[in-house]
Amino acid sequence: MTFNRRTFLGTAVAGAAALSAPMVMGAGHGRPKVVVVGGGAGGATVARYLAKDSAGEIDVTLLEPSRHYYTCFFSNLYLGGFRSMDSLGHSYGGLAAEYGINVVHDWAIGVDRDAKTVTTAGGHTLPYDRLILSPGIDFVDGAVPGWDVSAQNVMPHAYKGGSQAELLRAQIESMPQGGTYAMVAPPNPYRCPPGPYERVSMVAHLLRDINPTAKILIADPKENFSKQGLFEEGWEAHYPGMITRIGPDFGGDVIEVDPAAMTLTIDGMVNNVDVCNVIPAMKAGRIAEIAGITENNWAPVNAIDLSSKMDPNIHVLGDAAAQGDMPKSGYSANSQAKVCANAVRGALTGSTVFPARFANTCWSLIDTDDGVKVGATYEATDEKIASVESFISQNDESAEVRAATYRESLGWYDGITADMFG
Amino acid sequence: MQRRLGDRLLAAALTASIATVAHSEAGGDPERGAALFNECAACHQVGQGAADGIGPQLNGIFDRGAAHSQGFRYSEGLLRAANNGLVWDYESLDAYLENPRALVSRTRMSFDGFEDPQDRDDVVAYLRLFSASPSDIPEAAPTATAVDHSVAPEILAIVGDPAYGEYLSGECTSCHQASGDSNGIPSITYWPSDDFVTAMHAYKDGVRKHPVMEMMAGRLSNEEIAALAAYFKDIE
Repeated sequence: MTFNRRTFLGTAVAGAAALSAPMVMGAGHGRPKVVVVGGGAGGATVARYLAKDSAGEIDVTLLEPSRHYYTCFFSNLYLGGFRSMDSLGHSYGGLAAEYGINVVHDWAIGVDRDAKTVTTAGGHTLPYDRLILSPGIDFVDGAVPGWDVSAQNVMPHAYKGGSQAELLRAQIESMPQGGTYAMVAPPNPYRCPPGPYERVSMVAHLLRDINPTAKILIADPKENFSKQGLFEEGWEAHYPGMITRIGPDFGGDVIEVDPAAMTLTIDGMVNNVDVCNVIPAMKAGRIAEIAGITENNWAPVNAIDLSSKMDPNIHVLGDAAAQGDMPKSGYSANSQAKVCANAVRGALTGSTVFPARFANTCWSLIDTDDGVKVGATYEATDEKIASVESFISQNDESAEVRAATYRESLGWYDGITADMFG
Repeated sequence: MQRRLGDRLLAAALTASIATVAHSEAGGDPERGAALFNECAACHQVGQGAADGIGPQLNGIFDRGAAHSQGFRYSEGLLRAANNGLVWDYESLDAYLENPRALVSRTRMSFDGFEDPQDRDDVVAYLRLFSASPSDIPEAAPTATAVDHSVAPEILAIVGDPAYGEYLSGECTSCHQASGDSNGIPSITYWPSDDFVTAMHAYKDGVRKHPVMEMMAGRLSNEEIAALAAYFKDIE
């Protein structure tokens, strides 16, 4: 029997009955199959590297609901007016056309680990020899009292890329003069550690232009945050008097919101706000939980190949994984994807597997031409992905260095999106 | 890039003869062009002993058609243009230097272009000095760049494994684009191995400063650097 992609996915076939029986394709029937769930920094990269480096020896399917991917990274720069939304958009066409990846725009809703299949919302069953989950994050239900997904158009999170960022920007632009932009910051661990604070910087930059008497209020359950010294110095220099951050010592962890009344209550004190950017506590993208490979909200993985500690045929990349010392960032996901691709390709085709090496750099923009960065290299240990060496921008850097740091981040954006999408 | 002593002596001799510089027919100032050429000198050499590097040497470009340096691996775009009769003259070079990719699609010359037409005039006037000269162009000094680091010959001699380099390159391509495009982060494709290895060791030894590169290079062994050099030199 000849299977090709069209027959087994049955996109032209009306009757789903033909597909409901478990498919017998897989090891021993043609090429080994890898299904990748999630087409972001982790998933797109791993799919591309597997397809490209195996020269067609591995059948790669990429399951991603968005037809056009808007990067969450750099969306803060869109808020600040430094990038257009379009410039953050990327098509999956190249992955489909140039790498022969089967790009399926659908949601994964189930994983049968014994049968080794993934079921999709569209009613299809995808068999796998290896499954790679890179589903990003979801929010913990009830983490912020008064807020749930039905309120996200009133109090956006804008923490998953795409339309929420445009919504948030529109809301900020409509603020009354002298109004308040409030942010409920998330507890550790969360995606993109400096992200909320770069966002505050970018919102301040926008407000300084369009609404200079506006205020920014941050309720933060954390005492410290990534690049704190650099951000606080920058806020003082560029946006003096605009930003107030209430940490846990002043009740920043006792929060309640009321989307109907547009209030943010911090430790019993009710604040009327004009924009309320709620970024709730996070957990692994839900499909990881559905697959049964999470523990305490995240998926534990083996550092050498990102395989799940609960299932050797499933790998988890990026934010959803409990990845040791690496922060949850696009750069990390892309870095882990390459280690995973090398390991999976080796396991399925016998190619050389090289020792794991990881790196991460996070750039943040505080104001025009004032960029800072933090980063590290990592290695795989039995226990976790462990940090080897790190660096961080310094407080007393010259303006030239900060401007160069910003320009580098632009180069990185082009580099990583080329690495993801070809 | 290694510059020989002879070049420096030539430069000194020629500088003395620039005293009365005539402007090219297009009004360019070759002395100013020589200074502007610093932006090109990372990849291109001119003058006596000029050799191909990341980019081809640029002697004689006005005498023959485009893509004339023997042995240099030009992009398909430029080869095709040359086959179609592209010659470098004032107009074509002005267009190319304004926006290389607009004139030659998929050129490997990673350069954003000189926006100011006077800059282009001046660079072209300078480049004219290195072709068989028409009467109105006097000679000028070729540029010379300093060597910032030297690497032991036995390290330079290590032959890298491009397949290992390809695996290691995953760490580089998040920032340095495999296409050779550069935008705030320099291109690292097609570098001659010695230059690549020297630059990486300069970071590794802390002589060349950049926190990310010092960290990245710091944990690469000599063999790994050689592997990366081999991979990026001939990347497809």
